[in-house]
Order: sequence, then structure tokens, then C-alpha cells
Amino acid sequence: MMRRFLIALFLMMPLAAWAAGGESVPFHHDTNLGNQASLQRGAKMFMNYCSGCHSLQYMRYQRIADDLEIPEDVMENNLMMTRGKIHDTIQGTMDAESAAEWFGKAPPDLSLTARERGADWVYSFLLSFYRDDSRPTGVNNVVMSNTAMPAVLAPLQGYQALKHSEGEGEGEGSHGAGHGAPEFELIQEGQLNPAEYKKAVGDLTNFLVYVGEPAKLVRYSLGFKVIVFLLLFTALAYMLKREFWRDVH
Amino acid sequence: MASKFMNWVDARFPATQLWNEHIGQYYAPKNFNVWYYFGSLAMLVLANQLLTGIWLAMFYKPSAAEAFGSVAYIMRDVEWGWLIRYMHSTGASFFFIVVYLHMFRALLYGSYRKPRELLWIFGCLIFLALMAEAFMGYVLPWGNMSYWGAQVIISLFSAIPVVGEQLTTWIRGDFVIGDATLNRFFALHVVALPFVLVGLVIAHIMALHHVGSNNPDGIEIKANKNADGHPADGIPFHPYYTVKDLFGVGVFLILFCGVIFFAPEFGGFFLEPPNFTEANPSVTPEHIAPVWYFTPFYAILRAINFEVLGVPAKLLGVIAMFGAVLILFVLPWLDRSKVKSIRYKGPIFKGMLAIFVVAFITLGYIGTQAPSPLLTTIAQICTAVYFAFFLLMPFYSAIDRTKPVPERVTG
Repeated sequence: MMRRFLIALFLMMPLAAWAAGGESVPFHHDTNLGNQASLQRGAKMFMNYCSGCHSLQYMRYQRIADDLEIPEDVMENNLMMTRGKIHDTIQGTMDAESAAEWFGKAPPDLSLTARERGADWVYSFLLSFYRDDSRPTGVNNVVMSNTAMPAVLAPLQGYQALKHSEGEGEGEGSHGAGHGAPEFELIQEGQLNPAEYKKAVGDLTNFLVYVGEPAKLVRYSLGFKVIVFLLLFTALAYMLKREFWRDVH
Repeated sequence: MASKFMNWVDARFPATQLWNEHIGQYYAPKNFNVWYYFGSLAMLVLANQLLTGIWLAMFYKPSAAEAFGSVAYIMRDVEWGWLIRYMHSTGASFFFIVVYLHMFRALLYGSYRKPRELLWIFGCLIFLALMAEAFMGYVLPWGNMSYWGAQVIISLFSAIPVVGEQLTTWIRGDFVIGDATLNRFFALHVVALPFVLVGLVIAHIMALHHVGSNNPDGIEIKANKNADGHPADGIPFHPYYTVKDLFGVGVFLILFCGVIFFAPEFGGFFLEPPNFTEANPSVTPEHIAPVWYFTPFYAILRAINFEVLGVPAKLLGVIAMFGAVLILFVLPWLDRSKVKSIRYKGPIFKGMLAIFVVAFITLGYIGTQAPSPLLTTIAQICTAVYFAFFLLMPFYSAIDRTKPVPERVTG
């Protein structure tokens, strides 16, 4: 009886974790760290489109190569945009001072962004750029209004216009996809169609979730083994207790 | 050979005597129920915190410039560093879960009553030291919530009249929270407070083994001894309770490892999202809340938003918050019931304990939320209930209708 209760409690844990999570943003992303091809595509996309401005100061090229099974020569020749060595951490190519001068704010390090704000936030932010001629960059963002970031992914996504502005301002009042989500209209096509773009941004989000906590790749499978061992251990301990307590009345 | 060796040791150090007094020949009541697991589990968590803490300290850098990066280094570059850190961070929360349940057990069965007053007081001191230890440990990762949480808690001391401002500067070692604060918190967290904690735990156990354990019936098993001089309702701690606690350890570890491996942030309750960004004096997190185990007391602090007889609200709030912890110390002298255990207490005590638990959990919830007029009103009611449970106890426990207590434990 007691054990059944405890097992039920244990099964409810991820539920509690999920219920209490994150800021409210317009789009939901199902993170999948088991999809290595997606993580590799995300890594490629990060290196090609993001790493010019954003560092991953706590992440090493070597670690990514090892974890995502990217051959070292591919990493060094195709994915490392700086003159660093493969065991270096991933530093941006801009120095913070000039970056702050150019953009008004230095582009933040993205090592822990997905952990701090959640996968949904990253995914939504990258989907929510829209044309706004009042901004110096020509674009604005629904999730982070007046962002200093230009539409770096516009060659892929194209440009979209915001049809109505209810979801504006940190996505307040909008709870998940479909419910009060902002509506966009594609006004200039990019290299990818909207479905392909969403998939690409999903890959990038998966990659940033992985970067936020590389241990996550092994945490679940190791945890499963640990729990199986502990269940056996506890069953044995219970039988031992029963045996010893036989003479207590 | 073995006995010869033990004779040699025993002539020089009371090894066998210590073993018998505290484990082999320590007679514990045979009717312990599920509430009696949490003492040994608290010791297990303490050991976990000490061991994982030692390994974390090997890689952690207690300086404002390097602290946050060194935690990231532990999480990524140190072999098994992520596991050791999650064991430590999850252990902190589980320490409080276990200790709160352990304390509630004492409320249920009157384990604080004569002759266990000092045992209870040592326990209260452990709780106090644990809160200081947890608070300082929370500052060390130097995330933004660490920083602003410390800012809020330390500024509480400024409410103390006359010396308040100087006192906060003295605690911080600076006019703001900074490198000096982090350094001294590291010293206190890894050296001073662990010493205090371990010392108090030893005193707690010595007091326990001196007076003997209480039990769910709240009667003294030493009153009924059999022919060989041992309590008739007692059984030796070893092997009976060592194997029973081993089972408890197994169940506990399943839950503990479940969190470590599958939900170490526990939805932002154990590791708060704003703490994944480095301490930044110019960016305040949207909503500063302490970790869940402090929220009942934090809610009491915020509930006092009015002044009384010219005493400012902030000072009054601080007094109420510390008062809520300190009032636990006098509990043994507040309970005037003829019986110890809830099993034989009357409806008034049972009712008061029930609404006390509801009030405490409600306060804990409110402490995690941004303040609103409705929540503040509820928090004020719950604060009143919290204090009423203790302050009115001398009256309601004395007049309550109790049931007759059995001679022997009822299993």
C-alpha cells in the first residue's frame, strides 16, 4: 500500500515539474534530445547563423563533437568559424564593446539561455520576428519587444508582418499555442517554406537545450538504471526487514 | 583473534561501550511507524551534503568574478560534476522535506514533552543552523536569484532600530553584496556551519539515547522492564531498526534519485530559472522569491504590512518571521495536555493541529507567489493561525478531553 502510494507520487513528479514551468510564450516546442540528426543540424545552424555574434562561453567545440558524434575534422573545417582550437570554448567573434556600440547592447552569451527561459521561449522568439519600419533594424519581435537583434534568419524565413498585435509585449495574456497567439503573414519569401523553417528553428532549439545542459544526454538513461537498481535493493531490504522482524510481536 | 583485538582497543578507547550504548544495546520502542524513518534519513542527507559538498568545494571558486563560471565548469567539464552538484542541490531541498516531516512527527506524538525538552531544543537549533546553512549555500552559485535573494534577506536586518544599517554593512562586508559577502558566506557554509550542525546532531542523538525514544503511543517504555532489565516493549536498535531503516533508505533513495535524474530543477522549485543567469546588480528578477523551504516564513514577513503602536511594519514583519521560528523553542512548556500522543488527545488539539498544517502549507504557497491584496489577507489569517496554535496551546491543551493512555504500547 505504502509503496504503491510512493510510486504514484514518484510518477507524478515530472507532471509537477511541467505544471510549474516557464514564461508564457506563443509557441510550444517539443524538445527531443534523442534525435541526434536534429542536434547536428542545430549545431550547424548555430555555427553558421548565430556564432558570429553569440558566444557559448561554457561550451567546448570538442564536447559538441564528442556528444553529437561529429567527426573532429568536420568540426574543425566546417563548423569552427574562429581560429580557436577544438578544445576551446566557443567565443563570439565580436568584442563586447564594439558590439554594444553597434547594436545598443552586446549580444548575450547563449550557453544557458534555454535553461533560463525555456525551450518554448527560444523557439517562439525565433519564430516571432516581424517587419517594423520604426525600428533601426527594420524588424521587431513579439516575444521580446524592441529587441536589438536584427532578422539574422530572414534569408531562411523571409519577412513576415504582424496581422494583429494582441500578443505583443513579452507574450503577456497568451497561454500556449493557438490561444491568443499572434498571427503573422509572410510578405517576402525566404529560402525555406514556413514548415521547413519551423523545423530548422526546432533543430536550433534542440541544440540550445542540449548546450544548456549537456549532461541531459546521459541523465535520463543513467537515471533509469539507478532506479531499477534501487527498486531491487529496496525489495531485498524489505524482505530482510520482514525476516528479522519475524520474532517481534 | 578479533575479540583479543577488541579487548586491546576497549582498554584504550570505549569502542564496544559506545556501540552498545548507541546501537547494539539501545532499546527502542517496537511500535515505530512510518513517521519514525525521518530521523535516520536526515542523517543520510547530512552525510550526502557533507560528502558532495567536499567535492564541489574542490572545483568551486568563491569569488564574484569566477563563482558562476566555476559552477558551469562543474556542470560541464568536471567528471560527474553535474551528478555531484545535483545531489547537493536536491539534497538541500530533501533535507528540509525530511526535517519538516521529522518535526511534524514530534508534534503528532508529543516527542517534545518532558523529559525530552532538551532533545527538542537541540532539534530546533539544528533547524535554525540548517536555515542559515541553506541560505548561505544558495548564494554561492552567484546566479541572479542568489544575488537578489541575499539582497532581500540581508536588508531585513536594517529594520532593527539604531544599529540596523551598520549591522547590514557588517554582514555584507561591503555597502553592497559583493565579493566580500560571497567569500565570507563560503567560509561559513563550508566550515563554520557544518561544524555547528554536526555538533548539534551529536548532542541531539546523545540526548535521545539518554532519555530514550518516544513512540506513537507517547508512553515511556522504560516504565515496564522485563527480567533482564530491558524495556518489555523495546527491541535493540541493531539489528531491528538498522534493517528497517535500510528499507526506508531504499524508498527514500528512489524518490531522491528520481528528482536528481529526471527533474533536478523540480519545475523551478529546487533550482530557480533566474539563477541560470549570472548575478547582475542592475537587473532585478521579475519576482524575487526565496527557495520553497523558506516561503512559509517569508509569507509571514510579507503578511505584516501594518504598524502597531508606532513600530514600523518592516520591523514587525521581521519580528514575526523570526518569532515564528523561535516560538518552537518553548513548545515543551506550552503543551499542558495530560497525554503526549495525538492518539489520546482530544478533538480541540486535533483540530488545531489540522488547521495549523493547512495554514503552514498555505503560507508556503503564498510565499512563492507575487503579492496581491487577496493573498496578503489570506497570509494574515494563516499567520494568525500559526501563532494561535502555539500561544493558545496552554489553554486548549489543558481543557481538551483526552482518552485514557494504555499501560503498554499498542503496536
